[in-house]
Amino acid sequence: MPKYTAGLYLAIRLTESKAHLFLFLTILAYSLSLASYVRLLYSGRETAGRIATALLALGLITHYFALLERARGLHTVPYHDLYGSMSLFGWLLALTYLTLEVYLRQRSVGAFVLPFVLGFFLAAHLAPADRLSPTPAHGPVFAFHVTLSILAYAAFALSFVVSLIFLVQNRFLRNRKMAGLVWRLPSLELLERMSRASVLIGLISIAIGTVLGFIWVDRLTGQYWYYDPKYVITLLVLLLYAMYWLLARTTAWRGARASRLCIFNFVVVVLSFTVVNLYLSHSHRYF
Amino acid sequence: MEIVLVGLNHRTAPLEVRERVSFTAEQARRASGELRARGLLEETLVLSTCNRSEVYGVARETARECAPGVTSFLSEFHSVGADILGSSLYHHYDRHAVRHLFRLSGGLDSMMLGEAEILGQVREAYRFAHEHGATGPVLNRLFQGALEVGKRIRTETELGARPMSVAAAGVKLAERIFGKLSDRTALVLGAGTISEQVVAMLRHRGVGNLLVMNRSQEHAESLAQRFGARVIEWGRWEDALLVSDVLVTSVAANQPVLPKSVLEMAMNARGNRALFAMDLGLPRNIEATAADVYNVYVYNIDDLSGIVQQNREARESEVPRAESIVDLVRDLRARVREERGSFLRARLDSIGHLTEGQRQEIETLVDDVLEKLLIGPAERLRGERELRRKIQNVEALRDLFLSGREKP
Repeated sequence: MPKYTAGLYLAIRLTESKAHLFLFLTILAYSLSLASYVRLLYSGRETAGRIATALLALGLITHYFALLERARGLHTVPYHDLYGSMSLFGWLLALTYLTLEVYLRQRSVGAFVLPFVLGFFLAAHLAPADRLSPTPAHGPVFAFHVTLSILAYAAFALSFVVSLIFLVQNRFLRNRKMAGLVWRLPSLELLERMSRASVLIGLISIAIGTVLGFIWVDRLTGQYWYYDPKYVITLLVLLLYAMYWLLARTTAWRGARASRLCIFNFVVVVLSFTVVNLYLSHSHRYF
Repeated sequence: MEIVLVGLNHRTAPLEVRERVSFTAEQARRASGELRARGLLEETLVLSTCNRSEVYGVARETARECAPGVTSFLSEFHSVGADILGSSLYHHYDRHAVRHLFRLSGGLDSMMLGEAEILGQVREAYRFAHEHGATGPVLNRLFQGALEVGKRIRTETELGARPMSVAAAGVKLAERIFGKLSDRTALVLGAGTISEQVVAMLRHRGVGNLLVMNRSQEHAESLAQRFGARVIEWGRWEDALLVSDVLVTSVAANQPVLPKSVLEMAMNARGNRALFAMDLGLPRNIEATAADVYNVYVYNIDDLSGIVQQNREARESEVPRAESIVDLVRDLRARVREERGSFLRARLDSIGHLTEGQRQEIETLVDDVLEKLLIGPAERLRGERELRRKIQNVEALRDLFLSGREKP
């Protein structure tokens, strides 16, 4: 033991099993990626940005295997428990962000998204996992229902982060206070496009996810509709985001007002999977 | 054989003196030729910009001995009294001259720190002198090195990354709102010199459409013609503001030309599409309270000057990094020159029977070899587009040539 420094000891402990190896690699990749994104933001060096993107992609791969190993170890699907759901959420958030980054060729938002990804991953995987009773996977319809819904929430979370950045950048520009950050953050136009693209991903996946949910309930119980408060709030979320998507593009609300609406919408989403899931709904536990 | 530099710049000489000592291209060629014809210098290069006039040369004897000759030549050539010149001129020799040129090429010596023009001016002066056979192996190497350093300073530091003029600051700000300007329309009120600067900058940044509005239709048309813009009749705010995203005003008027109410109306008609306004008028052309209108971003001349000032300070903080690049290349070259000197001394002295001519031939031979060895890789480095590989190569060069020496 005296031979090893504490960090090395930890690294060796973590790599003892395959699951630990992936855990360790994912944390490493995400952390270094975050560091590179922050460096990009401060120095404006393109090389830092490319490294950050590559590390994020690597993190996504190892995170996937970490999820797989976790599911194997616990003999269950990721979304069966809270921690698994959080990890899956982090993975989909990173995936959505990476897609948008490649699509819009804009990296400076990464520094603000990666902390969330890393946070969800750490919270999910470093928490002591309960011994869960093995559960049936419920089939592909249910799996898609859950995964698409989580993807939608991840996309909404991303639009939330981007809208916050929009408001900060907008405040700088409106008040003519030129922090150095102004020159590094994306333009307002691009931030708006990013947020809207992200919301669109969310809208499509929550719509499909919800339909699949109804199909699954139908198969399970033989009836399409039985009342669950989750339906109401999901419908509300859908409407609010559709409203944002339209307002941000075509009306007098475009700009800061639309961004505030987007932030408000995410508050409703958070309510949906805290208050509603915990106290009101009986069929939706974690998302 | 030593490098000598005699010159003056905006720090050492007032404008009146700089004007009298400046060179046109033709004068530069003539002065250069005379300096060589008189046997003062073997190679010459005259660099003359609005902020400096400098003569670079390779001394036949020692640099210190020929500097007074160059000074009196300048006094004679421009008919400026030696007393006036004496207090303005600076002299640099060898590595100090090299360092001076490298810093200058990177914009570290400029009045506006980090400006880009100087590198082009150095390149042009070098090309001109080279074409007329004024330079030789030493100055060729020196200036190729300087161009490389200047380019590296631009690409590898923050110098030059931020806007440094009011017009540039305004246009860059517009890009913080709209992103690329290629599908945007700019409306310019006024057709004076300031408007022209901004119009040139907007065109440079690829703005999609340009509209010009001026009280005097004639001036508007002349400006529009030069920059491919469309003229709109003065006062037709609704039409003009409906389609414009960027608004530039520079009109001489005692009252604001654009009251808040007009902008409010325009924003209504635009469905609140963002409008960025640069008010360069003094007194202001846009009513101060117009900044409160939703999605209108108004910047006046003070706001923009403030940004330029901030960026100047930010640039100054980048100077140490730029200096370290100067140091690396300078060390490399100093090392090679040193090696060459000691090599020649040791070898040539042991061969006693050489005539002066043969000695010079051998020296030229060694120079040619060094040229091949150093300039070849340097050329490739210059051509290397990818910065990462470029830096790796520079590191490799450092290891090869400077190993065992203390790194700067």
